[in-house]
Amino acid sequence: MKKLLAAFLLGFIGYYLYTAFAGVPFGENKMEVGKDYLETTVPKTGAVNTVTSIVVNYRGFDTLGEVTVLFLAATGLGAILFGMKGKPEDKHREPSSILTTGAKALFPIIVLLGAYIFIHGHLTPGGGFQGGTIIATGVLILILGIKSFHANHALLSVMESLAGITFVVAGILGLAFGKNFLENILPLGTPGQVLSAGIIPIIYIAVGFKVGAELAGVLDTLMSTTRGEE
Amino acid sequence: MIYYIASIAVMLIGLYAVLVKKNLIKIVIGLSLMDAGTHLLLVAIGFIKGGTAPIFSEPGLTADAMVDPVPQALVLTAIVIGLAVTAVALALVIRIYAQHKTLDIRKISSLKW
Repeated sequence: MKKLLAAFLLGFIGYYLYTAFAGVPFGENKMEVGKDYLETTVPKTGAVNTVTSIVVNYRGFDTLGEVTVLFLAATGLGAILFGMKGKPEDKHREPSSILTTGAKALFPIIVLLGAYIFIHGHLTPGGGFQGGTIIATGVLILILGIKSFHANHALLSVMESLAGITFVVAGILGLAFGKNFLENILPLGTPGQVLSAGIIPIIYIAVGFKVGAELAGVLDTLMSTTRGEE
Repeated sequence: MIYYIASIAVMLIGLYAVLVKKNLIKIVIGLSLMDAGTHLLLVAIGFIKGGTAPIFSEPGLTADAMVDPVPQALVLTAIVIGLAVTAVALALVIRIYAQHKTLDIRKISSLKW
């Protein structure tokens, strides 16, 4: 009965969603604003990657809010799981020495890849969020591979706070130079170079550190809870 | 058009999981699927025929041969928010499991009256 009801509801929603989108032509240019961004991104922001210039430059304030949401989620997760102690489980098998050695060998390479991704965020597909996530996966491999591994939460929060402060200071510097919040104050440089696009690389590196530190903290909190450690 | 239908189908599969499944982990997976469907739909709307990625990585590329970058930027935001939602939902699931020793929502009845 419940499944029938659910299927009926899904059919209803699906039909109306379909009719809503049936009028939207596929594969045609529908929006003026995207065209405008594409035409002005290189002369105005110096960034080659239009998506990055939208996320960090045109809509930088939005990204600041997004980073705040992620921070709140990480904090909320810590608050929900605070003081929680799962039962000490012995069903976790000891990681084999191959896994431990492999994790130690892979970690620096993964961090290097993550750093590459967020430093080149304005040139290639990628950016702070992606690079930070890759760094967090490196920490995940360490957590899985080394039994006694614990992320240093004090260090993580210092990194996170410094990165957040960098983002806000980069915004306030725009105000200090008589422009808008988060407006570019640095020279644009040659498009396509690593050192170009003004404050975009600075902000994306800060975002990369922040996201990496937050996600590493989230993973460590989740793992230590389910492992039965404080 | 097939892209719209497929992404709406992914959304509906997620909604079905949320509505029908009894396991809390499966419900969280359903939420993630709804998320993924929305992202696919947004990116499919931004597609322009013959367009390439909106990155001026080579000198010959012009703005006419590129897809709409705005949905992609929005989806980038949405993915991060989806991740945050999933993380918090999983934390709540861990708490509920510690409290009730089960993930079956039929057996979690302390809120029933």
